[in-house]
Amino acid sequence: MIPFWIIAVVLIVSALWTVTARKPIYSVVSLLLNFAALATTYLILHAEFLAVMQIIVYSGAILMLFVFVIALLNSGIAPIVLGRDRVPVAPAAAAALAAIAFVATAIAAAHAPAIVPIASHSPLGAVGRGNVFGSIGDFGQALFLSRLLPFEITALILMVAVVGVVLLAGDLTPYVPTRRRAEQSRRALREAILREGK
Amino acid sequence: MATSFAGVPIFDYEALASILFFIGLAGAVARRNPLVMLMSIELMFNAANLAFIVFARAWLNNAGQIFAFLVITVAAAEAAIALAIVVVVFRSAPQVDVDDVRVLHG
Repeated sequence: MIPFWIIAVVLIVSALWTVTARKPIYSVVSLLLNFAALATTYLILHAEFLAVMQIIVYSGAILMLFVFVIALLNSGIAPIVLGRDRVPVAPAAAAALAAIAFVATAIAAAHAPAIVPIASHSPLGAVGRGNVFGSIGDFGQALFLSRLLPFEITALILMVAVVGVVLLAGDLTPYVPTRRRAEQSRRALREAILREGK
Repeated sequence: MATSFAGVPIFDYEALASILFFIGLAGAVARRNPLVMLMSIELMFNAANLAFIVFARAWLNNAGQIFAFLVITVAAAEAAIALAIVVVVFRSAPQVDVDDVRVLHG
């Protein structure tokens, strides 16, 4: 009971810090804290594989991407200066919506079953045993046997994302082996851009 | 450790998830830094994931965990594409306001 409230406070405070931080890099750090606390919650809720995925994919890949973009945009050129944030009417509206959602979840939770302890498990669930809820064996069987099609569609989505990112942000100039030819092609590209600008 | 969490009612988990979701929503609506807006969207994804996993645990049905896994992969794809758009837009003109980026309206 008490660990849940500690983690809940950590989650809410780090989420608030993420939203209100002045510099994006502070937001990244607090989001890292948020993800770590969330991974702990997943572990407690017997989602072992998802706890590991939370750390690897979110903290490892996505947040690193954010850090790289911050470094890329802030190096050499001015930081993103956008003026004032929008008026606090919007957060007030969001808070009102949150109150409505509270009532809705209260009604929904009245009909939900209480979280009962699982009969036999080690403190961290049962790693590798397919018949225990939340173990990696259980998750893998469900993912690859009964829900294979969504998994394959996920692979397609990731491939589309990779192609889209390369098309959007990739360097489309052809590769040139020597420094002199690279300088020539860069100059030709710059002149082409200037010509199109006029 | 796990048994101490078993005494927490499902409403507390759901309230936590909804609080996190609406903090993320407020950030995505109110902030103007595109990176912070994207991070707020990630917060909303994570709140939804938490709800999925709590309900999966409550009903002892791992369909919610599968769905949370799919949400994680889709969020990764979304972050990659959104950051590519941010890089393309703000590398050429660092002073652009997010409200002025109307190229994607079609």
